[in-house]
Amino acid sequence: MFSINKALGILPNASEHGQAVDHLLELCHWFMAILFVGWSCYFLYTIFRFHKSRNPKASYHGVQSKASAHLEFTVVLVEAVLLLGFGLPLWGKRVTGDQFPAEADAVRVRAVGEQFAWNFHYAGADGVFGRVHTSFLSGSNPLGLDPSDPAGQDDVVSKNDLHLITGKPTVIDLTSKDVIHSFSLQHMRMCQDAIPGSKIPMWFRPIRGGEYEIVCAQLCGAGHYAMRAMMKVETQAEFDTWMKEQASLKPAAPAAVPAATEPAAH
Amino acid sequence: MSTAALTHAPDDNAHDDHHHDPGFWQKWVFSTDHKMIGIQYGTTGLAFLMFGFMLMMVMRWQLAHPGEAVPYIGGLLQAIFGSSAFQPDAKGIPGVLTADGYNSFGAMHGTIMVFFGIVPVAFAAFGNFVVPLQIGAIDMTFPRINMASFWCFFISCIFMCVSFFVPGGAAKSGWTSYPPLSGIADSGALNHFFMNGQTLWVTGMVFNITASLLGSVNFIATIIQLRAPGMTWMRLPFFVWAQFVTAFLLLLAFPPLEAAGVMQLMDRAFGTSFFMPTGLIVNGAATHWSGGGSPILWQHLFWFLAHPEVYVLILPGIGMVAEIIACNTRKPLYGYKAMVGAIFVLGFLSFIVWAHHMYMTGMGAKVSGFFQVTTVMISVPSVILVTALMLSLWGGSIRFTMPMLFATAFLPMFGIGGLTGIPLAFNAVDLYLHDTYYVIGHFHYVVAPGTIFAIFAGVYHWYPKATGRMLNEFLGRLHFWGSLIFINGIFFPMFLQGMAGVHRRWFDGGVTYEQIIKPVIHWNNFMSVSAFLLGAAQIPFIINFCWSIWNGRKASDNPWDATTVEWDTPTPPPHGNFTKEITVHRGPYEYSVPGADKDFTPQTEAPKSDKAHLAAPLVAAPAH
Repeated sequence: MFSINKALGILPNASEHGQAVDHLLELCHWFMAILFVGWSCYFLYTIFRFHKSRNPKASYHGVQSKASAHLEFTVVLVEAVLLLGFGLPLWGKRVTGDQFPAEADAVRVRAVGEQFAWNFHYAGADGVFGRVHTSFLSGSNPLGLDPSDPAGQDDVVSKNDLHLITGKPTVIDLTSKDVIHSFSLQHMRMCQDAIPGSKIPMWFRPIRGGEYEIVCAQLCGAGHYAMRAMMKVETQAEFDTWMKEQASLKPAAPAAVPAATEPAAH
Repeated sequence: MSTAALTHAPDDNAHDDHHHDPGFWQKWVFSTDHKMIGIQYGTTGLAFLMFGFMLMMVMRWQLAHPGEAVPYIGGLLQAIFGSSAFQPDAKGIPGVLTADGYNSFGAMHGTIMVFFGIVPVAFAAFGNFVVPLQIGAIDMTFPRINMASFWCFFISCIFMCVSFFVPGGAAKSGWTSYPPLSGIADSGALNHFFMNGQTLWVTGMVFNITASLLGSVNFIATIIQLRAPGMTWMRLPFFVWAQFVTAFLLLLAFPPLEAAGVMQLMDRAFGTSFFMPTGLIVNGAATHWSGGGSPILWQHLFWFLAHPEVYVLILPGIGMVAEIIACNTRKPLYGYKAMVGAIFVLGFLSFIVWAHHMYMTGMGAKVSGFFQVTTVMISVPSVILVTALMLSLWGGSIRFTMPMLFATAFLPMFGIGGLTGIPLAFNAVDLYLHDTYYVIGHFHYVVAPGTIFAIFAGVYHWYPKATGRMLNEFLGRLHFWGSLIFINGIFFPMFLQGMAGVHRRWFDGGVTYEQIIKPVIHWNNFMSVSAFLLGAAQIPFIINFCWSIWNGRKASDNPWDATTVEWDTPTPPPHGNFTKEITVHRGPYEYSVPGADKDFTPQTEAPKSDKAHLAAPLVAAPAH
């Protein structure tokens, strides 16, 4: 079936709720297209028909029909349906607490923005995030993991490299160290600002494997344009392998990890 | 109403003004005459519109040719703006825009276009020049406050211009200046505590806001107090209504941003942390702010102004278009009363939709539900306005004069801008479209081929009244068709790029995001070429505007055969505006009245049956 979204070049959707988002956008586009085409036909006909050469004497009374009132009413009705039927429930599902997947069933990640990279923090085998505090921050410890906390020993930290599992719900807790960033997963139809001083959760279920770009969607400084990360949606087995690799790569000496902040390219 | 009586007795006060020759400085520079202040606002604002557009042309070069020196003028740009904004390329050719330079130009483009271009022209210039004339007043209520408003604005212009030349360059944190970024920017040890881009930006904004507040108080007082006898509320031209609502928006929405601006100034210059949260780590080091502040608070205060500001940008434009459509269709506006009602509803709703700019900050279902509902509601009065203007064309005898061409083109262009706002009203859709070029396309259609076309329409319409000369028709048509074609060449592809996921503020034109940009990267060049051609299309306008002041065809007092009161003055109007007593007898758009001997009946023309009374001295009746 013809889709305006596709004709306009929308990115392929890769998440469960993304279909509903696309559906709402598609409905909006049809509504807009019908109004625009209707108005344009009327408009073009009118400026042709009532050009002074064809209509030398203007009518004092103009339009007498009440058609426009019906049009207004229809617009209100359609918008009410879009809003109450689609817009509000869709958002409610994204942010209401009881809609969030159970912790045990989900891939849980902490994402921390900084100028100009995304740090991802996995809880590791024990499923418990190690304690973090800004006083432990260093070039080799970009999240400030407390080295004395046993829960943090098996934690996995990666930079600009997010791994998720196809079909498994994902909960990402988002924050930032310095300025406001925005964590935009376009293929997943997800976006959330990363705000320093706040921890904000977001969740979605990836349904299609692949590698996708993660966009920083809020101006965050000179390197904003290059704050690109990658998201890999893979099978459970691939994910486990990656997790093991990361755990084994974990440096004994802090120096082995690249500096936390790289100056902006250029 | 004593004021009305006083100001409409040309034999006494106003007459004295006529004979008083103010001298060069008082007449041309420190003028209290609303028309001169309007012209001052207009020329300054148009110059800033051009400047803001030039910044964008440099940015568009960078987007289409990332890392290449700006041709021809690269060396000049680097000499003017310094090494923070431009660097030599690998071969040593000067004039490659830097990332900081790009962000700086982008922030200043937005600031200048909104606060130094469109508001000064659409609201202050046309409002000052036209409103007192249209209501039959000899000046604004507070002429000195009016002068103070312009000079306050002028000081803010100086701050903004100077900020380009301080070390580090002009503000670079977006026209929205979100903290903490705007707190951190330009604030290192290398920067002067005051003479740095962001601090000058905030200071300039405080002056700019003060200017707008002074202006808006004056507009409200003038429209309430100084209407000519017989100019009842429902006989006001729609443009006056639009300015009235706009003035209220400015008056009520700007103070929170002024307060926020002072708070950001304190954060920057004196180390407070109104907007700085606890525990900021920048470049691996803790910052000096004690924390405890909220960056989101700034966003609320900013958008509490900046959303009503959208209607400040568009309402005067709609007002001008309405005047011009009525005059050039030679028939009354359709649904004048509904339109007046609609702008009041629009004005009210515009105060309770601001958080739709903040959908992605982490909003619960209830709060976002409220703002989605109000946002969708505000589309209803907008649809009423557009529909009324469209229906006004029906049955007309349309003459496509220069103002009418621009006013006609305004309708579909504003329509595109409005319609593309529909999906953006929904929080869930913003998960995909937030901060993409779709949003950029949406608001530029509202403001650029929307408001700026309305401004052009207004310039062509009232230029004869202001200068006594007509603008050249041929140059005007060149200007119109070039602008119409190329402005769409810039903004329409933005919807395609936005749908493909391209975000704003990518200094390299998106090259880094190879996956997303690949299908749509070719549009970068197309849009940039369109921008340069749009710039070229303004050349006939600039020539026309300057040349016609002295050489244009002489205009009669009422060259458009219009009905409203501003055409019942000598051209150009003298100090004191009217050479006769003004009494208003009818509504603003009495065109093609059945049985009338000509196709327009001016508001000031006495009804035939009343002609006998004219000889008797008129008593100034209070205006209701």
